[in-house]
Amino acid sequence: MATAPLVNRRDFLKKTAAGGTALVVGFHLSPRAFADQAKDQEEKTPNPFDAWVRITPDDRVTLVLGKSEMGQGVWTALPMILAEELSVDWKQVHVEQAPTNPKIYDLGTGGSGSVAGSWLPLRQAGAAAREMLIAAAAKRWEVGTDTCKAKNGLVVHGHPERSYRFGELVVDASKLPVPNLNKVPLKNADDFTIVGRDTHRLDTAAKSSGKAQFGIDSRVPGMLYAVIARCPVFEGKVASFDASKAKAVAGVRDVFEIKTSGRGASTTGGVAVLADNSWAAIEGRKALEVKWDEGTAANESSEELRKQFLANASKPGGVLRNEGDADAMLRAASKKWEAIYELPFAAHVCMEPMNATVHIRPDSAEAWVPSQGPQWAQAVIAEAAKLPPEKVTVHTTLMGGGFGRRYQADFVMEAAQVAKISGKPVMVLWTREDDMQHDFYRPASYHRLEGALDGEGKLAAWKHFQTSTSIAAKWSQKGADDPGLGEFGTGATIPYATPNVRIEYTLAHSSAPRAWWRSVEHSSSGFVVESFVDELAHAAGQDPLEFRLKLIGDSRKIPQFGEGREDNHPLDTSRLKGVLRLAAEKTGWDKPLPKGQGRGIAGFYSFRSYVAAVAEVSASSSAFKVNRIVCAVDCGRAVNPNGVRAQVESAAIYALTATVKDSISVDRGRVVEANFNDYAMIRMNEAPPIEVYLVPSAEAPTGIGEPTVPVIAPAICNAIFRATGKRLRRLPIHNEDLA
Amino acid sequence: MAISFTLNGKSQSVDVSPDMPVLWVLRDTLQMTGTKFGCGMALCGACTVHINGAATRSCITPISSVAGKKVTTIEGLSADGSHPVQRAWIEEDVPQCGYCQSGQIMSAVALLTKKPNPTDADIDDAMSGNICRCGTYQRIRKAIHRAASEMAGKHSAA
Repeated sequence: MATAPLVNRRDFLKKTAAGGTALVVGFHLSPRAFADQAKDQEEKTPNPFDAWVRITPDDRVTLVLGKSEMGQGVWTALPMILAEELSVDWKQVHVEQAPTNPKIYDLGTGGSGSVAGSWLPLRQAGAAAREMLIAAAAKRWEVGTDTCKAKNGLVVHGHPERSYRFGELVVDASKLPVPNLNKVPLKNADDFTIVGRDTHRLDTAAKSSGKAQFGIDSRVPGMLYAVIARCPVFEGKVASFDASKAKAVAGVRDVFEIKTSGRGASTTGGVAVLADNSWAAIEGRKALEVKWDEGTAANESSEELRKQFLANASKPGGVLRNEGDADAMLRAASKKWEAIYELPFAAHVCMEPMNATVHIRPDSAEAWVPSQGPQWAQAVIAEAAKLPPEKVTVHTTLMGGGFGRRYQADFVMEAAQVAKISGKPVMVLWTREDDMQHDFYRPASYHRLEGALDGEGKLAAWKHFQTSTSIAAKWSQKGADDPGLGEFGTGATIPYATPNVRIEYTLAHSSAPRAWWRSVEHSSSGFVVESFVDELAHAAGQDPLEFRLKLIGDSRKIPQFGEGREDNHPLDTSRLKGVLRLAAEKTGWDKPLPKGQGRGIAGFYSFRSYVAAVAEVSASSSAFKVNRIVCAVDCGRAVNPNGVRAQVESAAIYALTATVKDSISVDRGRVVEANFNDYAMIRMNEAPPIEVYLVPSAEAPTGIGEPTVPVIAPAICNAIFRATGKRLRRLPIHNEDLA
Repeated sequence: MAISFTLNGKSQSVDVSPDMPVLWVLRDTLQMTGTKFGCGMALCGACTVHINGAATRSCITPISSVAGKKVTTIEGLSADGSHPVQRAWIEEDVPQCGYCQSGQIMSAVALLTKKPNPTDADIDDAMSGNICRCGTYQRIRKAIHRAASEMAGKHSAA
């Protein structure tokens, strides 16, 4: 069932592939299916294609895709959507990475938006190609198109059945008029044979044999390998350096300085050591002597930041949302509850450290980049090379994790600067220490929640004050004036009905780089909102599930709070209640647990999807262990249910790590943690079983890469409370915190 | 100085600094990039290879120490991905980003060679040196059990 089209105007492109003929259908993928964004994109460029379907006479169907595969499974899910609508045998579908074209906008992968944004455009393109193939066959048979059907890569007609392979029809089809995308008939969901079925991923064999090529595996004839010495203090610079010992290291070819770059790519500058191989570069850098101009950020620390938080919290913040009069209600309430929650900086920790390989020639440039934003990569290379973007060929590689980190172009800019000076192809690779200490962190934040219940046990007032080192202040043109609504996400649209809600924000200063970490602002909002409502449930003497269901109230659609936002993705309370109930049911919520064990629940709406988690823990006054996590998910129609489950498992482990392992701390203006010995990861022996239950849905697919993250920390802390009576409000949590 | 060893069943000789780690000899000198760099401190397991059959972190193993020994990398497990562990990885859809999986598979193969029927505790012990940031642990565990069944000659139900 097709919803309203996302893009008003779209042209089809028909061209012959080199060395043969093909039916090629171009179309636009919108990364987020917001009508206003799509319109804005249309106005920016005349040629809105970032994906193509190519069918060749050998029946091979290729989806040329402008989305990055970072483990989230788009490489499989998107071709599934195409194969379904095109009515082609799934095994015929291949995927190629799209070239990065400056005229094609928004080639970016993130925000849990690839499947959601591709669902309709990909179906329309597949359906259009299918209709053209049917028309071509019907013309040959001289029959009506309504007597023909497409199935399994064939167009069939009549009894006994005659058929043509798609490959036999592509030449004729490419000469036919293109159907109106907005009117092309889409397959009935009841007839789906591919979408909705567990499907083996296309890239598994390569990833299990060492054949899959990640960015760091790029090998170009004549290339050099480089590492960069960067000032450990935020925004510090090179004062002077002595390269003599570095140059004496076997294999080192060159040492030179690169400058800080513009705001957009946000690099620190540093000294590059170029060598014949990675290890020589790393050893060369160890011998490099650099004097740093540390700058004022050398005064910053986690302790200093916390002092800022406390000072900010002692005053009212900037008001972002105010309905009714929460302050008055809280003053008047005979009983009110208040809690402080804190979350630290968090690092992305992609298993493949940052890297980029760039070759800048006089008239052109080429790069191999594991990037979530290849157009941004292209733009910074063009800037460094002083070339027009059309002359820069960016090959987007597979990447060993993205999580938002690889959207940034800092590591690309550095590589471009080094390549420009060197003239040779150069890979700039980051060591684990580089990656850990020069990340763009999830912001640290401090929250005060205040709430009151009325005589009926409903929410009389809800007040949420937050102070944080916002992402917006790092990137926004408005800088410190930015009011920081983006730091709340759907935490500003609480599903718990109340006439009095007040949301306040105060910016805290930090020079630490910050940007989008898996689930972004929802990672903190989920913890805070779902912990505090749990505290209220306990205060009211009620079951945490029943309390939430009661406070959520009637089935309704709550527009997401945000000024000037044309919101067509409201929070549907019945779907939120659905996942809460399902997670509870699958856990056996009503079955009593032995003493020393507890269950906690949390539910949250983000990226247009609904996720609830129940954690079961064993906990005492000296230790805790997470025994089991049960997740219920409503992300609309699951294209590849096995892939959806994998994403939930993944986000659960990612969030668990941030909940129980280490924090990123700052001392003398630098990140303290450096490798897995002091910023530890959850390992096999610590990974609880994760159970995933999907709500069957006929809604269009919505995001699933990130929405599980927000509910894990609160579910665990709520469970620990049930087991021990101890409320943990500061992440990460450790055994010592239970004393 | 030339250092000679057996690599995936074939004689190999490299002329590099004797303290160059095996990881970088593989990746840069020999351009065999299946073995991955993750931490440089033997904390993450992405660099796991077999030296004389034993799972070893190649990022801290100097090339001089493998002179005369048998080195096996992910590329050497099979020509076509047909090793039972690889097949189990495919059946269970283990990899997500896939970057850690060469190391995971090498550790799993070493485990199954020593313990053909590993318990979950055996799996914990053998595999906890391999980090997966994408969180595929429970699928790795399932795939190891599956491969164990297959290698024992029993076909496990799908």
